[in-house]
Amino acid sequence: MKELRLMKGNEAFAEAVIRAGADGYFGYPITPQSEVMEYLMAQKTHERTGMVTLQAESEIAAINMVYGGAGCGKRVLTSSSSPGMSLKQEGISYIAGAELPCLLLNVVRGGPGLGTIQPSQSDYFQSTKGGGHGDYRLIVLAPSSVQEMADFAGLGFELAFKYRNPVLVLSDGAIGQMMEKVELDVQQPRFTDEEIRKNTPWATIGKTPDRDHNIITSLDLESIKMEQHNHKLQEKYRLIEENEVRYEKIGCEDADYAFVAYGTSARICQKSIELARAEGIKVGLMRPITLFPFPKKILNEMTSRVKGILCVEMSAGQMIEDVKLAVEGRIKVEHFGRYGGIVHSPSEIVEALKKQIIGG
Amino acid sequence: MTEEIIIAGFGGQGVLSMGKILAYSGVMQNKEVSWMPSYGPEMRGGTANVTVIISDERISSPILHEYDTAIILNQQSLDKFEHSVKVGGLLIFDPNGITRLPERTDINIYSIEAAEMAGKLGLSRVFNMIVLGGFLKLKPIVDMEYIHKGLEKSLPARHHVMIPENEKAIETGKGLITPVLVLN
Repeated sequence: MKELRLMKGNEAFAEAVIRAGADGYFGYPITPQSEVMEYLMAQKTHERTGMVTLQAESEIAAINMVYGGAGCGKRVLTSSSSPGMSLKQEGISYIAGAELPCLLLNVVRGGPGLGTIQPSQSDYFQSTKGGGHGDYRLIVLAPSSVQEMADFAGLGFELAFKYRNPVLVLSDGAIGQMMEKVELDVQQPRFTDEEIRKNTPWATIGKTPDRDHNIITSLDLESIKMEQHNHKLQEKYRLIEENEVRYEKIGCEDADYAFVAYGTSARICQKSIELARAEGIKVGLMRPITLFPFPKKILNEMTSRVKGILCVEMSAGQMIEDVKLAVEGRIKVEHFGRYGGIVHSPSEIVEALKKQIIGG
Repeated sequence: MTEEIIIAGFGGQGVLSMGKILAYSGVMQNKEVSWMPSYGPEMRGGTANVTVIISDERISSPILHEYDTAIILNQQSLDKFEHSVKVGGLLIFDPNGITRLPERTDINIYSIEAAEMAGKLGLSRVFNMIVLGGFLKLKPIVDMEYIHKGLEKSLPARHHVMIPENEKAIETGKGLITPVLVLN
């Protein structure tokens, strides 16, 4: 039986990680995502499921606690907002290099620097192209509703363990702060020690007589071995690209034009579609749900029908680079962005569509 | 039915909780809802607003730039949102909070002396429910039995003893709402 509640995105995510059987949360407060840790603390997770909720002394400490917990085969996570995520990038690169599963949440605010506390989508590059150093990828899920904030907690852990890779839920201040209806899954049990031994044989939980020491590291000074390790990582990322692409198409069946947008922008575009269609403009929306892997193929296929694409992002134009690569120059692709904490109005998106795509 | 509402006033007037009770009541009546608060600098400067959408259909954007109804509780909010009401829409204000009257002539305008009444009744903490009552009188988008359920869900259990008081305030508000400008 699913349970129906009215919750903020941040709270829904927090409740969902408890229900997904998380073992540990390590974080440091920052607006607009502080409700995640507040909610977990208020829930007394240590009493409810035995889950640890800990406020670390800094973001850097928090991500390294995640590294340690993940190395023990536990379901662990951290959350932050943009400047805090920048601090975590070194640890994320290490975790990706060491091939450990963990869940990350970025409730994005405007930047650069300390920026603003209002919603933004200007961390797309950081999220999908690295962020930290080295050739690694995160699986990036972009929720556009409170329901998806909850759903992607469980899905995130599932994918993280399936691929032994960090999964990032890339949200923003609007999705984090707003309340919507949410259906919550039933409580899943936390892993038992027995399950950890069986399901994650690589975990560093003490040597047993039947195997060698497990070693978790991202370091190998022998370049040949390091190249092989990188090959293995790349093969994994190709597998993820093959299997895990997720997207939603809205009103694309008869569309002459398409918006491409994720998260909050995708919600606003749905209102723009209503406005545009009332004026007789046939426009649809392609909403990437996974930003890595990016839905390249479907976008490429759409070029046989639509005449132009408007990328709507709360940034100066980041996702548009992936859209252009996918479209391979077949049709016109333009960017329409608001940033620094400003959110588009539905009507200005319609105006941009007319000016930049239809009339341009 | 889709009703797009902005509620705006000072922090502490119960703007966000009024929106939450309305939204939760909508959930209980099996409607689609969204509740998008201001959480930024304006809130830290003392003003608060919340966008509430209640609909029979899936809600597209939770963030809007024009509204069917604006419920205005202070002058800053009147300055900010008077021009965001859709033509033919509704503006409700408490005269106690403002220093000039609304100027629009293409929208329906009602006033509600909620602060004064709350003071008279010694019920300043349910001021926001008086205002909500005024709105529900004009636009009964959620049935009263679901408002009751919404109150139960929104208020922590220890405050459930105050539900009758809140409901009384809503009824009081229904009787207080006064037309200022009504379009034909």
